[in-house]
Amino acid sequence: MAKLLQVTNLKKYFPVKKGLFRQTVSEVKAVDDVSFTLYEGETLGLVGESGCGKSTLGRTVLQLIKPTSGEVVYRGSNLTDMNFRELRPFRKEIQMIFQDPYASLNGRQTVKQILQEPFQIHQLYSRKEREERVQEILEKVGLNKEMSNRYPHEFSGGQRQRVGIARALMLEPSLIIADEPVSALDVSVQAQVINLMQDLQEQYKLTYLFIAHDLSVVKHFSTRVGVMYLGRMVELAEKSSLYKRPLHPYTKALLSAVPVPKVGSKRERIILEGDVPSPENPPTGCTFHTRCSYCMNVCKQERPNFKEVENGRFVACHLY
Amino acid sequence: MKPQLQNEQEKVLNPTVVMEGKRGKRADGPWKIACKKIIRDKASMVGFVLLFLFLCLFLLAPVLPLQNPVEVNLAKRLQPIGTPGNMLGTDHLGRDMLSRLIWGGRVSVVIGFIAVGIALVFGTILGLVAGYFQRFFDTVIMRFMDILMAFPYVLLAIAIIAALGPGLLNTMIAVSIVGIPYYARIVRSSTLMYRNMEFVLAQRALGAGHWHIIVRHIFPNCLPPLIVAASLDVGWMILAASGMSFLGLGAQPPLAEWGVMLSEGQKYIRVAPHESLLPGLAIFLVVLSLNLVGDGLRDALDPKSK
Repeated sequence: MAKLLQVTNLKKYFPVKKGLFRQTVSEVKAVDDVSFTLYEGETLGLVGESGCGKSTLGRTVLQLIKPTSGEVVYRGSNLTDMNFRELRPFRKEIQMIFQDPYASLNGRQTVKQILQEPFQIHQLYSRKEREERVQEILEKVGLNKEMSNRYPHEFSGGQRQRVGIARALMLEPSLIIADEPVSALDVSVQAQVINLMQDLQEQYKLTYLFIAHDLSVVKHFSTRVGVMYLGRMVELAEKSSLYKRPLHPYTKALLSAVPVPKVGSKRERIILEGDVPSPENPPTGCTFHTRCSYCMNVCKQERPNFKEVENGRFVACHLY
Repeated sequence: MKPQLQNEQEKVLNPTVVMEGKRGKRADGPWKIACKKIIRDKASMVGFVLLFLFLCLFLLAPVLPLQNPVEVNLAKRLQPIGTPGNMLGTDHLGRDMLSRLIWGGRVSVVIGFIAVGIALVFGTILGLVAGYFQRFFDTVIMRFMDILMAFPYVLLAIAIIAALGPGLLNTMIAVSIVGIPYYARIVRSSTLMYRNMEFVLAQRALGAGHWHIIVRHIFPNCLPPLIVAASLDVGWMILAASGMSFLGLGAQPPLAEWGVMLSEGQKYIRVAPHESLLPGLAIFLVVLSLNLVGDGLRDALDPKSK
């Protein structure tokens, strides 16, 4: 499989400013030294609890937020060094689907205006062609052609999310970063939207970076899964091996929390104690050592490397 | 009965069927919904009708059979209301009150709208820039606006007129400068809210430039509170401009302007109360109708009110 996107040592620290002159007193390490590779046609699921930096990672990859350091290389071009103008052609290649279908559409535009805007920005196609493409895409995402003159407030959450997906597809991108695209929808609609995204992946040969916190959704949807904790990637593996045999203690705890739909099923629940430490002042060494049941002395001092322990399987833990 | 019931059931089970029913019909946009709300609101309709009548009257002044508003006729001075030939009487120089009121209304309303227009344009631009680009622009622009707001508004207007010299145009400039900070604040706060919404982020992801985002996405969303503020402010500006004229800083006699008329009439309030009461009443009615309109717009454009 060909490499589509390579992320190397990506960091994003947000300064915390306080006081009269707004001095920087500390930094929130939202994304801290994350590296991974995306291959063409795959779906990389990114999971972790809220506040672990999943969304920031997605936005930094897209250069909506400029990273503090690190590289994002898309098909051999380093996006991090580019300015607004140089990035423009890559905007057509990488698109984003947002979490909140209520906030991601401008309420003062009709669906048609929303969907034609990408063409206006990039000055593509004639008026007639734009119109045709809108009709075409609406059908593809399962909306009625006649709905193009309506405003977002007339749609349900699921329908709005379909409009959001349609907008992301207008420029025919290769990579779509989906930032929790289904977590604001109710479960029956979630399934519809996920199926739609899978169909579209086949049709358009899309690659997804799928950010979510719902482990069963990720299991259904992804080819590989990355687990994040406190701004760092702790484990990255093929879906089947990760769900069957998690290596990192945090992944184990996370997976043990997934409900099993079976009467009387017995399983071991790993309960994590305490709260997630503040990303403003993360623990030394391994960030997970404060809550880890396998914690050793070395964990408190040395930060574990994110290394390949088996073929295609990366873990950041001193146990391996 | 049965097929209908089945149809109803189908509607519940299959939401697209409901959509089919409305096929082809263009849906109501945010503006149309607001219009419908206004028509249902009686108070604001009264305001709209009153305002419309006033505007028609002022617009038609040149073609109405009115006497010359500045023609002096000392033989007929201080005639009371109801005098034949002078329906609303005359003032201390024998000028026809009705004619002066209507011609004066033209001046006042034009001042009100233009002053609001100037304040609106500059306030909006400053607010958008401050709210969108933040940091340096925000600090510089908003601190300057704070300085303007720190002065009592009448004092500030008088100070500006004192610097520019008295006159109608300078009064207009003065009251609009006083109004700029209010618009800048309204627009800035809306901009701050919308610039971080996901639909703006989506535009950045699509490759839209700042200018495109501001004009196409942030500005239209700032409009509802602006329209409300502007409609309420026209009345305020008319009042302020009349106040300046009353103090002798704005329109200068013999020009017919409500503030000037009030100021001249107050000397004769015991012998001919109508000379000062009528322009006062006119100001009151116009400002009232504008406020009713503004209140109606506020309720109609508020997405939370149904």
